[in-house]
Amino acid sequence: MTTAVASKPKRPQFSLGGVLKTRELGIVVALAVLVAYTAISNPRFLSGQSVRDILLNTAIIAVMAAGQAVVVITRNIDLSVGSVLGLSAFTVATMMSANPGLPMVVALLVGLAVGGAAGLLNGVLVRYGRVPALVVTLGTMYIFRGLTYSWAGGQQVNADELPRHFLQFANASFLKIPWLVLIALIVVGGVSLVMRNYRVGRELYAMGSSPQAAELAGIKVSRNLLGAFIVSGALAGLAGVLFAARFGTVDAAAGTGYELNVVAAVVVGGVAVFGGSGTVWGAGLGALLLTVIGSALTVLDINQFWQQAIVGALIILAICADRLVAVRIARSLRKKDSHV
Amino acid sequence: MSELKRKLAGWDTIIIALTVVVLVIASLGVPNFGTSRNFTFLVLDLMPILLVALPMTFIIVTGEIDLSVASTLGLASSIMGWLWNQGLSIESIIPICIIAGAVLGALNGFLVTGLGLPSLAVTIGTLALYRGLALVVLGDGAVADFPFNYTGWVTGTIGGGSIPNVLILIVALAVIFGVVLHATPFGRSLYAIGANAEAAHFSGIRVARTKFWLYVVSGAVAGLVGVLWTLRYSSARADNGAGLELAVVAAVLLGGVSIFGGKGSLPGVLAGVVLLAALQNALRLQDVSGQALNIVTGALLVLSVLLPNIATSIRSTWQRRRLRRAATV
Repeated sequence: MTTAVASKPKRPQFSLGGVLKTRELGIVVALAVLVAYTAISNPRFLSGQSVRDILLNTAIIAVMAAGQAVVVITRNIDLSVGSVLGLSAFTVATMMSANPGLPMVVALLVGLAVGGAAGLLNGVLVRYGRVPALVVTLGTMYIFRGLTYSWAGGQQVNADELPRHFLQFANASFLKIPWLVLIALIVVGGVSLVMRNYRVGRELYAMGSSPQAAELAGIKVSRNLLGAFIVSGALAGLAGVLFAARFGTVDAAAGTGYELNVVAAVVVGGVAVFGGSGTVWGAGLGALLLTVIGSALTVLDINQFWQQAIVGALIILAICADRLVAVRIARSLRKKDSHV
Repeated sequence: MSELKRKLAGWDTIIIALTVVVLVIASLGVPNFGTSRNFTFLVLDLMPILLVALPMTFIIVTGEIDLSVASTLGLASSIMGWLWNQGLSIESIIPICIIAGAVLGALNGFLVTGLGLPSLAVTIGTLALYRGLALVVLGDGAVADFPFNYTGWVTGTIGGGSIPNVLILIVALAVIFGVVLHATPFGRSLYAIGANAEAAHFSGIRVARTKFWLYVVSGAVAGLVGVLWTLRYSSARADNGAGLELAVVAAVLLGGVSIFGGKGSLPGVLAGVVLLAALQNALRLQDVSGQALNIVTGALLVLSVLLPNIATSIRSTWQRRRLRRAATV
């Protein structure tokens, strides 16, 4: 299935059979059932405001999940994303409150740069320090959060200190689509496209499938790995700007614990933690599913406390499903071989 | 001789030496650090990390990981509070909480060994699941009215002196885990599993069963720590111990255990735990914020893995150069 795609020399082609077989179909069906059931028991669930809230809440996690998916596909992990979001959000909020005249584009670029630099550090330590990504990003998760705390101390940037145009960005729309959602769509779509159709994307899949083979095949592993971590960091930085614009109040704790939601979105979205398979748009769908579950629980009047338990159960279900698929592929490959 | 040399150069020896140096400097230079009162606080602070780190060391030595420990702790604390509200006696609640932890650990163990799922992903899942269940059981409130003879025992000292009561428990468990890991065939089999699970399997070690029981023990210890945590703060809460898993993993790796398995020692891990706790304690006495210490923790964690790697690569470069020189002569 998706693992096999990596070895195909030609571009993957669109076919109905292929779509029906993808793992993402499971999430789409789950989403459809959940939305239908919730909407029937409470029609307000599909009101404009409610849908808008869901999409805005999904946007920030989806942007981070796109970057995380790229890293996980290479058989690594980036646990520092929540701290990078915090660092970027506080940097940009401080900058904008000191210079209210700066245009939004500058804020976005600064966020990307802060995150990209953090990602570069992660990538260098993983590749050249030969330290496993889990350890590196666990360490930098502490380091980036600590930096933000020692810089911010107990103070926070409030909404009334931020320029109006910065705060409006979160709610302003283009063609009736909020900018936040538009950015998430562009990011998830763009990264998906690169991963699916461009050489560098296929190389990242190959690196995740078999790191040694990728090295032997002459893939520029160092460059690609650094790139993957920079993308993950930069997108977490971008998410920091979106976070600051949406919530207006930023302190040193911004984004604490987000790494769990992001990893959950990626895993639920069908990206295997052993690397080499899964899609970026699947990760985006995973982010959407998790957010919809949160809102559905509220609408259905179910104890909000169930939300995290359901997220956990979903992660475990997703890895079980993934394992099942892998076992089946292995079996069918063995069968094919025996006939040759 | 070379054996001794290798031991001296090992990371765990370095970390033990570093811990001693930090303790000496802090006792001499930081006001109040060396007082018996502060010693009690230090022991109470490092207790949860140290106890959870014992089974975590075993698990990481076999090449797996358990990120759900802090959530298991929180769920045990919630169960404790809920059962107390139901009117059960504390004497029956405590074993129930420890057994509940063992059951949660068994679920992890089953998912990892029975279904063959990657432990990192499984325990990220149960990290969320158990914390969620803790909220379901107790909500966001707290249960506080535990009997004083229990809460007082956890925070008290032997005969009102300077040795905390819980130190007995800590030393006893650390000795048991240390003897099992370093002086029994079972302990050696853990290193064999971590070095090469397949080879261990073919040499007759029951890899899956061993790993399963490690998760059960890890859960039971997390349950016990949940009880101790609740009694120490006289407060059962669903968010007790949140984030502790990362501190535990950091301390274990800092103590020289390889994340790839097959390497590490319990004395190193104990030093890692003490080092982190002593630094935190000393800096807090100096009025440095606990959050700024995150930088130190993170940097130590990365360096503890990075430095040995750099040392190895420098050594191999030297060796290659020496060989080349010998070849040209």
